[in-house]
Amino acid sequence: MTDEMTKDPKQQITTDPSKPSERMRAGSMTITLGPWIIAGIALMLMPFIFTSNSALTIMNQMWITVIFALAYNMLLGQGGMLSFGHAVYMGLGGFFCMHIMNYVEDYGVAFPLPLLPLFGGLFGMGFAMLIGSFSTSGAGTRFAMISLGVGELIAACSVIIVAFFGGEEGISGDRTYGLPFFGVEFLKQIEVYYLISFWLMLSAALMYLFSRTPVGRMANAVRDNPERAQFLGYSARWVRFYSFCASGFFCGIAGGLFAISYEILTEENLNAASSGVILLVTFLGGVGFFFGPIIGAIAFTLLQTVLSLQTELWSIYAGALFLATVMFFPGGLAGLLMMHVPAFKLGKMSGLVVPYFKTLIPAAIGVLGICALIEMTFHFRHGATGDNEMTLFWTTFDSHSVLPWIIAIAVAAIGIGIAKMTAPEMKEAWDEANTAGGTS
Amino acid sequence: MELILVNLIDGLVTGLLLFMLSAGLTLIFSMMGVLNFAHASFYMLGAYFAYSISLAIGFWMGLLIAPLIVGLAGAGVERYGLRRVHQYGHVPELIFTFGLALLIEEVVQFIWGKNQMPYSVPEVLNFTAFSIAGNSIPAYKIFMIFISISIFIGLLYILTKTRVGMIIQAALSYPRTVEALGHNVPLIFMGVFGVGTALAGVAGVIAGPVLGTFPGMAFVLGSIVFVTIVIGGLGSLWGALVASLLIGWITTFAKSYNIAMSDILNGIGIATPENMSDNPFRDLWTITSPQIADILPYILMVLILIFRPAGLFGKRES
Repeated sequence: MTDEMTKDPKQQITTDPSKPSERMRAGSMTITLGPWIIAGIALMLMPFIFTSNSALTIMNQMWITVIFALAYNMLLGQGGMLSFGHAVYMGLGGFFCMHIMNYVEDYGVAFPLPLLPLFGGLFGMGFAMLIGSFSTSGAGTRFAMISLGVGELIAACSVIIVAFFGGEEGISGDRTYGLPFFGVEFLKQIEVYYLISFWLMLSAALMYLFSRTPVGRMANAVRDNPERAQFLGYSARWVRFYSFCASGFFCGIAGGLFAISYEILTEENLNAASSGVILLVTFLGGVGFFFGPIIGAIAFTLLQTVLSLQTELWSIYAGALFLATVMFFPGGLAGLLMMHVPAFKLGKMSGLVVPYFKTLIPAAIGVLGICALIEMTFHFRHGATGDNEMTLFWTTFDSHSVLPWIIAIAVAAIGIGIAKMTAPEMKEAWDEANTAGGTS
Repeated sequence: MELILVNLIDGLVTGLLLFMLSAGLTLIFSMMGVLNFAHASFYMLGAYFAYSISLAIGFWMGLLIAPLIVGLAGAGVERYGLRRVHQYGHVPELIFTFGLALLIEEVVQFIWGKNQMPYSVPEVLNFTAFSIAGNSIPAYKIFMIFISISIFIGLLYILTKTRVGMIIQAALSYPRTVEALGHNVPLIFMGVFGVGTALAGVAGVIAGPVLGTFPGMAFVLGSIVFVTIVIGGLGSLWGALVASLLIGWITTFAKSYNIAMSDILNGIGIATPENMSDNPFRDLWTITSPQIADILPYILMVLILIFRPAGLFGKRES
């Protein structure tokens, strides 16, 4: 593999242990505890920084999505299997946990709540074993189609089989009836937060360790070249099957945590839309790196909660962002970050700062201008008649007058124009920063 | 007996409609090796464009112009989107089309809003063609059958009898060789993608008035179309036709004949349990065929993928 290819985004998926920047992915680097300890402390301290209840809810949602996305990436990133129905495993784990919770409540069984996600995981794994027994014989299109079919089947069943899925209104429960766990009854949101954080750390660590095991390494090999892996004596099918089951297990854990956090599960938790969202989250974060889905889940949840408060068009932006990611940065956010590792190692990051500012800030302003145009068009077309006032970027104006349109178009054009003009400069700086040797 | 005939016609309409989508999809698949998740979105675009055009200059112009616009949009997507993503491999391509499907749905909601459009059957065709034992068959259904069959025959003729069709077929199997012979293969691919999406556009134009023109219409039909071409065998035009008709008829018959699961279970000798409300399988006993009509294609697909991975008419495992 040449030096040039490492820089090329299409090589994000493969690994090359001879490159320092890729050693982490290739697994030859010893497991460093640093990031884990920092993550653990950050998880502990977060509720002290963001104290409001809504912030706690968002964080709970975020950490559950992180587990789910990491589990999804065990297939997509590490195993090269694209699943279009992965919400099923999380949903089923959640439904199962909810039934256990109701059973505990009805019969007064002594059962500590913190263990519940484990059962969700086991159920998810059991179902994954069932489906994986026939779906993992091929990767690619066949696997994707089976996952889509199974996903649709289960989503349709959730309306038909009322005994387990509770029909349209789903099933709900109460988490506080379990055995108090060292005096904690999980009445408060904060207690649930620490429970979720504990399971997040545990499952993230386990998933990371899984990717270091021989099975995890073979999953990469099977992803890159199944034929060759088979010549080496490994059954590609069994390797995929193990990855699939492990992924199902962690999805089930995420489902169990969802059941604990929200105390309700509906058809929405296992339909195709949820499966689509997790694909979006994982790909946005970057499938090539272990920490990619973590970034993706955090970024997406923030985007979702913050943007959806600001505009009803947030999903159009999310869609556009997703498409742009696939087209221009197939490595996702993580890939974008890791692209800078060689420059960082060469100590040339400082040379990049100024060109970045020169290009990216006008580009961001231009994009905001385009967003303003979109918002104004939307308001113009769909706003109630007579309601010409709209508020955008803290200014209120009349969307039917000409001036705001001129301003928005000018901002967009100038922003994009400057970005285009300075782009070659940035490219040059980028090449320079990635070249070893003396500065010119 | 008469009811069977009516259902046969209904199933034929559904099946041929599915075929118009799956024909394009399967052509695109054999060309690029990738399932175009956004295919049904082009079908939706066809319906919406036709609706907007029909408001201005009438239904027939819509039928003519909307597919052209959709085809151009499709060709543009291939040229500026898919061709770029192609270098990253198959999985990103699949993800790209998936993201495109999401985005098109959002854009449609952005432009036309979330409500169903009052796109209706043109006056000329709004009459009863004939009736079978009291069940009237609208002329529009006959029109739909006519359009789909003529498109199928036209497609078959072009692909098998004309020089252009020969080059396309050759380019599908041996792109390198065809390129070496001096044909512009990327242009052919773009053209096939455009024609495939235009076909989906036609389907949208003629289905919009019957099935409703709303932002969820792509989602409703989208996954069924994949199921169709997987069952038929990826890349096989005949397989797409057979599978489309099969699915059309299965779902139509399952919906119109109320077959209850309890009858089947009783029929094979299992007695209905006494106490239904406590039985863990109570939902299984109360299942009826209209309830599961919409998931029958998925069951069929999973079974086909397990027992005959290449599909009904597929040649080999891809």
